[in-house]
Amino acid sequence: MGKKMLFMLLLSLLLFAVGNAQTPLEEVLTDTTGPPVPTSPSNVYVEDKPDDDGHGVIVRWDLSPDDGAGMDNVLGYEVYRSDSPDGEYSYVGMAIKGSDEYEDQDDSPIKNGVPNPDFIETEKTYYYKVRSMAAGGIFSEHSEIASGQAIENWFHSGKIGILVGVLIFWSFVVYFIFKARGGKDFYVRPLAGINAVDDAIGRATEMGRPILFVLGTGTAGDIATIAGFTILSRVAKLTAEYQTKILVPVNEPVMMAVAQETVRTAYLEAGRPDIYKPELISYETAMQFPYVAAVNGIMLRERTATNFYMGVFHAESLILAETGNIAGSIQISGTDQISQLPFFIAATDYTLIGEELYAASAYLSKEPILVGTLKAQDWGKAILMLLLLIGAILISANLSFIRDMVTVNI
Amino acid sequence: MRKQIPIYFVFGSGIIMIVQYFIPSEESDWLFTYANDWVIVVGIFALALGIWSLLRSEFRKLKDPKERFYAAVLLFGFFIMIFTGLKAENLEAGSLMFDIFENVLIPIQATIFSLLAFYVASAAYRAFRARTVLATILLLTAFIIMARLLPLGPISEVNQYGVAWILAIPNMAAKRAITMGVGLGAIATCIKIILGIERTYLGHD
Repeated sequence: MGKKMLFMLLLSLLLFAVGNAQTPLEEVLTDTTGPPVPTSPSNVYVEDKPDDDGHGVIVRWDLSPDDGAGMDNVLGYEVYRSDSPDGEYSYVGMAIKGSDEYEDQDDSPIKNGVPNPDFIETEKTYYYKVRSMAAGGIFSEHSEIASGQAIENWFHSGKIGILVGVLIFWSFVVYFIFKARGGKDFYVRPLAGINAVDDAIGRATEMGRPILFVLGTGTAGDIATIAGFTILSRVAKLTAEYQTKILVPVNEPVMMAVAQETVRTAYLEAGRPDIYKPELISYETAMQFPYVAAVNGIMLRERTATNFYMGVFHAESLILAETGNIAGSIQISGTDQISQLPFFIAATDYTLIGEELYAASAYLSKEPILVGTLKAQDWGKAILMLLLLIGAILISANLSFIRDMVTVNI
Repeated sequence: MRKQIPIYFVFGSGIIMIVQYFIPSEESDWLFTYANDWVIVVGIFALALGIWSLLRSEFRKLKDPKERFYAAVLLFGFFIMIFTGLKAENLEAGSLMFDIFENVLIPIQATIFSLLAFYVASAAYRAFRARTVLATILLLTAFIIMARLLPLGPISEVNQYGVAWILAIPNMAAKRAITMGVGLGAIATCIKIILGIERTYLGHD
């Protein structure tokens, strides 16, 4: 009897304890679901990716209630795609927690010689569904199915700012060209590097030593190289008049062909086609440092009196300029490569900084039409400075419309 | 006519490429790729001209006692690389051509590149001579920037602020100003070329 009473007392205490616990014993004993399953994302929809070539869509959704709230156990979202609503859906990618969109884009129909399953066909309907993912490989149910097509776009709306800027600048150029043709005389500030060209060629003539013209290690299509051809033309014309030898070692065959034509015509215009030799413009090598070795060798063997460096330059700029300095040459440089400008400024006698290289043709020829384009550049810079000033003031006042206006979304 | 056709061609292709930039369609991409492929094709044709020019020049130098040695070395290297690289398998690791490339050409290039270290010192010495007010400012600025790598105790922290200010404010302002000028200058040059105002790249004014 005593044992029975003791058992009943213990059972009563156990039931009392269980009854006061947070989780009812029945629930603990009957819970077989494991970790909690996150809720699915909702309102899934698919839209064309704007400003593309028609091989991309954007899948958007409303975040799962358990993403950053609720159970807060969502780690990301998995996106699935199919050709038909009832077809087999294949995994295409995932977005991390807090993301409410996924960009599905692929414009390669063939990859590694086989059809690319990720390829998005233009104007074909694709079906998507999304599910939430929690730790331990726990996934929600798939969302409802959404469909959409990739559409080819014929204008890049993110580049409107560039278009407007180019049109304004183009109209300035045309306006000042017409002004120049009408006889308007524009003032341009003198550039020491340009003014020194004649003296440098004269020095070489007096010393009876050749002139070296280096067009850099860019390609014939680079704007700086094209500006270099323009200066080469003027320099070659003067060397033809003074009968001074000019050497143009190049690192690209196309550059060699253009430089030969430029120098040949300059000699023709100077009335001295008889002293033009194609070997004055020589192809050395396409490799950067072997080219440097070749040019340095020419400087030291020929003892060039004047060296011009006009074009695109990289790490070789200082090696060339210092070798020229050792050889005792007068050196005039010009490049649009900002990282190389300090080297040229430190090691050469005169440097055309950035846009001055492009402006050199107008300075050297003094043709009103070319000088007119310099005025257009000045106006362009004035507008830029004004926009910068107004934009800085407005941003300080938390007004960002100038910044938004000039932001390019590519 | 010889002068006019290239100018019309440049105008047409220039306008087409400008329009192409604003069109993101597949056809536009194809046009861009096609135009760039032509650049490669022209480059390949020009390569033959380049090699011809190089060989002609170097063979001529063989007659000059002063230039003979360099020309002989160049021609030897030129023909060795051609003959060792004639077969596709000779381009693989372990082949003679690959070994020459790895063990001769690359070390020579590295040697030329290493000259830069010495030339930086000599150019910096000349640039930093405080002969004018501007050169003195340059010297002081360079000193502050270089001093950030030195352990200067409590001064280091102050110096870091100075360096950060120099790099982020005056240095960045100058770089951006040059970049904007370069951008405008490049557009102006392109417009001049497209409109046929600038034509020295064609070999005439």
